[in-house]
Amino acid sequence: MPVTTSSERGPDLHTPLSGVPLTHGQLPRYAAQFTLLAAIAAGIALTLAGWNPAASAIIAGAGYVVVIYAWSRTVEGPRKARDRLVTAVVTGAFLLALLPLVSVIVTVVGNGIARFDVEFFTYSMRGVVGEGGGAYHAIMGTLVVTGLAALISVPIGILTAIYLVEYGRGRLAKAITFFVDVMTGIPSIVAGLFAYALFALVFGPGVRMGIMGAIALSVLMIPVVVRSAEEMLKLVPNELREAAYALAVPKWRTIVKVVLPTALAGIATGVTLAIARVIGETAPLLITLGITSSVNLNPVDGRMATLPVYAYYQYVTPGVPPEPALERAWTAALTLIIIVMALNLIARLISRLFAPKTRG
Amino acid sequence: MRKGSTVLPSTERTRSRRAPQRPGDRVFSGLSTGAGVLILVVLAGVAAFLVAEAWPALIAPADEVPGPDGIVLYIWPLLFGTLLAAFLALLIAAPLAVAIALFITHYAPRRIAQALGYIIDLLAAIPSIIYGLWGIQVLAPLTVEPAGWLEENLGFIPLFAGPASTTGRTMLVAALVLAVMILPIVSAVVREAFRQTPRLHEEASLALGATRWEMIRMAVLPFGRSSIIGASMLGLGRALGETMAVAIVLSVSGGVTFNLISSGNPGTIAANIALEFPESTGIAVNTLIASGLVLFAVTLLVNMAARAVINRRREFSGAN
Amino acid sequence: MAKRIEVKDLDIYYDKFLAVQGVSMTIQPRSVTALIGPSGCGKSTFLRTLNRMHELVPGARVDGKVFMDDEDLYGPGVDPVSVRRQIGMVFQRPNPFPTMSIYENVAAGIRLNGGRMKKSELDDVVERSLRSANLWAEVKDRLNRPGSGLSGGQQQRLCIARAIAVQPGVLLMDEPCSALDPISTQAIEDLMLELKTDYTIVIVTHNMQQAARVSDVTGFFNLRGVGQPGELVEIDETTKIFSTPSNKATEDYISGRFG
Ligand SMILES: Nc1ncnc2c1ncn2[C@@H]1O[C@H](COP(=O)(O)OP(=O)(O)O)[C@@H](O)[C@H]1O
Ligand SMILES: [Mg+2]
Repeated sequence: MPVTTSSERGPDLHTPLSGVPLTHGQLPRYAAQFTLLAAIAAGIALTLAGWNPAASAIIAGAGYVVVIYAWSRTVEGPRKARDRLVTAVVTGAFLLALLPLVSVIVTVVGNGIARFDVEFFTYSMRGVVGEGGGAYHAIMGTLVVTGLAALISVPIGILTAIYLVEYGRGRLAKAITFFVDVMTGIPSIVAGLFAYALFALVFGPGVRMGIMGAIALSVLMIPVVVRSAEEMLKLVPNELREAAYALAVPKWRTIVKVVLPTALAGIATGVTLAIARVIGETAPLLITLGITSSVNLNPVDGRMATLPVYAYYQYVTPGVPPEPALERAWTAALTLIIIVMALNLIARLISRLFAPKTRG
Repeated sequence: MRKGSTVLPSTERTRSRRAPQRPGDRVFSGLSTGAGVLILVVLAGVAAFLVAEAWPALIAPADEVPGPDGIVLYIWPLLFGTLLAAFLALLIAAPLAVAIALFITHYAPRRIAQALGYIIDLLAAIPSIIYGLWGIQVLAPLTVEPAGWLEENLGFIPLFAGPASTTGRTMLVAALVLAVMILPIVSAVVREAFRQTPRLHEEASLALGATRWEMIRMAVLPFGRSSIIGASMLGLGRALGETMAVAIVLSVSGGVTFNLISSGNPGTIAANIALEFPESTGIAVNTLIASGLVLFAVTLLVNMAARAVINRRREFSGAN
Repeated sequence: MAKRIEVKDLDIYYDKFLAVQGVSMTIQPRSVTALIGPSGCGKSTFLRTLNRMHELVPGARVDGKVFMDDEDLYGPGVDPVSVRRQIGMVFQRPNPFPTMSIYENVAAGIRLNGGRMKKSELDDVVERSLRSANLWAEVKDRLNRPGSGLSGGQQQRLCIARAIAVQPGVLLMDEPCSALDPISTQAIEDLMLELKTDYTIVIVTHNMQQAARVSDVTGFFNLRGVGQPGELVEIDETTKIFSTPSNKATEDYISGRFG
């Protein structure tokens, strides 16, 4: 079929952009893929030739960008070339961000799998020097402290969210919203110092207790719970509330019987994610609970071991020979990652399975 | 003032119209208001208790607090190190985060975009202690060779003056680890803003014959600009307060220096607390708490500014 | 430079869903063609295939041919970006770029092309476009203010100025007045009558009187049935469609709305 381009009409000063041809040079359909393959091949070749793999990858990536840009510029013009350049850079940035994730997981699994055994989950460190031993006490401690923190944070967080969505107007609500946001940014170590300062004033300096850690974690957890619960409550359509009011249901019963159940899945998701966020916290527990080598499940009775702090001390004070302690540190890290990932997965599952279908 | 002017708006009014208040309602609204107020109290408490416990160190004579020349000179290098590491991390993370947000919202196939978002969010889920272990075990050794190269070829720049560390426990690695850690939060906020770019504006530029990148420059980036700023400040706040990763990775000697690749680095406030606190007693503890107070103040300022910027955007976009 | 558009047996899909089936029509240059029909019958969808905006929806595609003068818009090697440069579009809701001034909004399309244009030339183009859009008198003193500060009708005329600044061959308008008050609507209708001396205009409208007032040719779209694709029922001189349509459905639709 005849394809006449309108450029034959010649330029016209007064119609500066008319007469742009519809077709202009275009790279072959698989040009980008082909160039990419070539770049990857070149990178592999460089690696085989004895180059540092990272350097080869960088050169291959840069090579791809340069080639596709130059090629596109000569064939398709500068605008299209810039578009391709940005596409390559943006995609590259995303892939680059995946590297640490993959590397962290590979490293932790690779180093931690050696001691991922029954003994690790059933023994404490009581009387252990060198090989053997486990993190039973630390895992239990983490469960106790995190559980307590959740027990404190979840009611406060959900009630605050209810206040903000259902009751709050005016300056108090604005202040709470703002400071909840600000609270999200409190460094975890400061939360730990707060709990310490609070208890030191009562019990004197040097105090260490499980409950202190739970309070420190609550400071970190409450804002997360509030924000997510607030979002979920806002998603509950107003028609539902009005329908209940129209049936002469009092406001508080409307909230308890209609609003909360509708938002429940979302709130559960938020709470799970909040737990996932604090369960790996190390710094505040380091200064409020310290570490012990034996099981202590009483949160108001002195030092308590937790998994992240356990991993930290096993790594930085391994003793001689260091290998068994380092292995325990990595296994603790692996356990921690598994717990956190599992919690994230559970959160996604909850929101996927139980979410009300009214969401747009 | 008239008495009625103190009455809260709408809720109070609607409630008084529904005249006799049920006890259930009163209890429930009281509970939830109380929870909200408790949060304000806790925040105030954080400040108050920190001041109370820091006070002894603030008024103590210079020779009693740790460090050679009094509390100010003790905290200053730490503050410097904190700021240096955090800004460096932000410098690395912010452009990457914007690119990632763009990729997920405007480049990735829509079917998998959400899943890709989750994957980036997983980066945020990994506990900081693990980033610390990873940083010292994997990242630090990787940087030894390039750092040597930097010292040899770019040594005239103070940042790369060297001598290059042989362990890789440098400011550069600390900043890189921090960058990875703040990447998800920054890109999540930016992503949310990009996702909300009005379709109308995107289509307007496409209908003018914009390429995808030109559309992004005309419609998406201007729309997300203040979110990018706000998100960066949030990320900065995170990086300022990040403790364990830095405590594990960074080798500290206390000096104030911009040298990024040597083993003589200033510490950071948070990491210093984590390292010193378990072994400290007496006035040393108070000094550490005083440094924590400084950190609290700095992060509070940064976070409040960030929130203000982000919230202003929210109003602006709502008006459109 | 107004262009003729010829559509041949066009099927339009959203993924597997066939939204519009078997459309053939010729759109004459320097005329206004109105597309009417009940909601959901695919008028917007059809309009957006004319400048290849349709394919921006993931999974969306077309089957058939669209020619502008003699060029196949869906031919191999055709760059949709260039198509959109030549076929301007005005949307239902006015959408000036909120971060740009009035001046920058009008210049936006030209800047895209590399912007190697002298400031004075650009000024000329902006002024001419705003004059053509009947907006110049109202905004000439505040060209550097944000476009979002204008009234709805002014914003829509700004969008028209932005579209015609790049001198497109065809101007597509999707219910351009449906978000406007009657006075602004009048202004846009007048504008359309002026613009048709230079452009090919295709307008989707729900307003029958508007179609009767501004268009030379009217096409009636309808759903073939519930769950069936939309189709072009008939297209003819506007006077003919509104007086003696040849199809019963057209007559029902028009009389129903008028009655
Ligand atoms: N983005 C989309 N994805 C899937 N289907 C769509 C989309 N937009 C419109 N449709 C469907 O295409 C049909 C025609 O819609 P539309 O062109 O908007 O009709 P009109 O403009 O005539 O009211 C409708 O059935 C609508 O549901
Ligand atoms: Mg429509």
